[in-house]
Amino acid sequence: MDKSKRPLEERRFSLLSLVSPIQFMLGIIVAFIAGALFLWAFQEDAIRAYSVLFKGAFGSKRYFGETLVSTTPLIFTGLSVALGFHCGLFNMGVEGQLEFGAMVAAYIGYAWNMPKVIHLPLALLGGAVVGGIWGAVPGYLKAYHKIHEVITTIMLNYIAYAVADYMIAVGGPMKGNSDLPASPKIMATARLDRIWPGTRLSAGIIVALLMAVLVWFFIFRTRIGYKMRAVGFSADAAEYAGINPKTMTVWAMALSGALGGMAGAVEVLGVHYRFFAAFSPGYGWDGIAVALLGLLHPVGVVAAAFLLGMLRSGSITMQAIAGISKEVISILTALIIFFSATNQTLKPMLEGAIRKHNLRGDEDPAQEKKHEG
Amino acid sequence: MGIWSQVLTITLVTGAIRSATPILYPALAGIFSERSGVLNIGLEGVMLISAFAAVVGSYYSGNPWIGVLYAMAAGLLTSLIHAFMCINMRADQAIVGTGVNILGVGLPSFLLLKLFGSQGISPIVPRLHEWRVPFIADLPILGPILGKQSPLVYIALIMVPVSWFILFKTPFGLRLRAAGENPYAAETVGVSVYLMRYSGVLISGVLASLGGAFLSISYLSQFISLMTAGRGFIGLAAMIFGRWNPWGALLACLIFGFADAFQAAAQAANVPIAPQFLLALPYVLTIVALMGAMGRAVGPAYVAKPYEKA
Repeated sequence: MDKSKRPLEERRFSLLSLVSPIQFMLGIIVAFIAGALFLWAFQEDAIRAYSVLFKGAFGSKRYFGETLVSTTPLIFTGLSVALGFHCGLFNMGVEGQLEFGAMVAAYIGYAWNMPKVIHLPLALLGGAVVGGIWGAVPGYLKAYHKIHEVITTIMLNYIAYAVADYMIAVGGPMKGNSDLPASPKIMATARLDRIWPGTRLSAGIIVALLMAVLVWFFIFRTRIGYKMRAVGFSADAAEYAGINPKTMTVWAMALSGALGGMAGAVEVLGVHYRFFAAFSPGYGWDGIAVALLGLLHPVGVVAAAFLLGMLRSGSITMQAIAGISKEVISILTALIIFFSATNQTLKPMLEGAIRKHNLRGDEDPAQEKKHEG
Repeated sequence: MGIWSQVLTITLVTGAIRSATPILYPALAGIFSERSGVLNIGLEGVMLISAFAAVVGSYYSGNPWIGVLYAMAAGLLTSLIHAFMCINMRADQAIVGTGVNILGVGLPSFLLLKLFGSQGISPIVPRLHEWRVPFIADLPILGPILGKQSPLVYIALIMVPVSWFILFKTPFGLRLRAAGENPYAAETVGVSVYLMRYSGVLISGVLASLGGAFLSISYLSQFISLMTAGRGFIGLAAMIFGRWNPWGALLACLIFGFADAFQAAAQAANVPIAPQFLLALPYVLTIVALMGAMGRAVGPAYVAKPYEKA
């Protein structure tokens, strides 16, 4: 293939390949600066707030362990939202899918009795499947009833909360023997091993990283992933090319929901060992920021999940020591999202700037040729 | 028994109108925004921030009407962010709306700790009292339903014909709708699309803020974290169900309001259904209603599409 005909992004080396990392870093920097201005506006010491935040995220082995514990579900939820976006779908229902995944994983974990090699994968799989079914519902409603998935996924979140509350309320089918509104503890055979002594970090993070690789392969290297991206790019064009956008929509939402379900399952099997309704401090919502900040690429998602995991774990210390509400990180998250929303506008600007720079003649000559021809 | 059933029906209808109000505001808000071409899924966040601002205003002044003004200012400012990002920065409108919603979770919680030193719940503040409408209150049946409601309920009901008139009977409304239906054509005949879209989003912010204020200083007299419970989104569903028309939205809101009042009455009457499932009823109804409405309901052609000035 003639080198000059390949799209610019696929060149062996070009400054353009730095556009995404630059955007990623810019997103973080702008959000942190805007967050500092915000804190200053309310007469808080932003420097102290941030330093306590970082200490709370990295200050000790236990703190760093907690950062990774928070990172784990965020990788799943970020992948979930990103996969939806690739098919042009905005999955705001990850919270609900996560609840179902956790519920089912907990049930399999405490009610069934079998050897670990079967029990643990089955609990994980159960969470993924049921999360996937719950996710497929808005996909179906979008494909066959043309209802915008944003509204249905939000409504389904509230329905999922209601079901979760019912399950573990007094007299509920999953209520355990303790006084807590929680399920019984799961068996040892269903638990993910703790992989770093002295912390709560479980093998869940390995599963999460594995899923990141799988999702990357699925989206960018398989036929069905390609079809989904085609639908995301233009449903009409995809249909013209013989792809059924309806089927793709349902499947994309199902897979997105399955990843959300896995997030919940891993939380139960690796961290809490039981199901209770409020186990997620908003991992599903953070998934949106993770996906956008990570520019919908699995590598970016893992990096962004680590960043938001750090904010989550650090914010607890920040509230305890500096007296600033840990919800400040929701404000930072919102700022990250605002900034990411301008990516469409920003990316061509960055690329344009680099091309202009290249035209002056200090990049590879092939690129100039393209511009001249 | 006969009297009992009559009381139940009237309280149910009264409750339905009360429950419809915090949905009607975001529904009307959504109509203004989307008719001008800007998708506004951030209404939930606008409502939360305004609900909190209302409590702050009422707390420091002792006058709930000052709280309403605070709410409106907060709604205006929040939607100004939305408008700037969507119109000037041409950002993805669904993503900006999500940002606003997350801000609606974070900002009130941060300020709650900062101003009141509390988490998740504000102190009790003076609330708006119900108005007794002289003539109507004395009527049978209609009296208990419409005679003594919160002033914000009356304002919401009045805003229905007012919105309809502005949108469909004034030159401003025509220009606003043109910005959402075909901005390029509108611009060629001298309509400022940016101005119209700003107007749509800012009006939308003020309307949604009244819904927030209703929840915090009329329905209740304090702010509770996440107290909107999806009403901003149900409002959007009502907007779609009502085909982007204020009258249709009112009808849809009354149906949702009725479902909400019904589940509350059923809970109080100890029906043999788990309360969790009764609480989920309005959300299920929203989805079912949309299943019936979609396909027939078509929104403004250029909603969610950024406009680039030539």
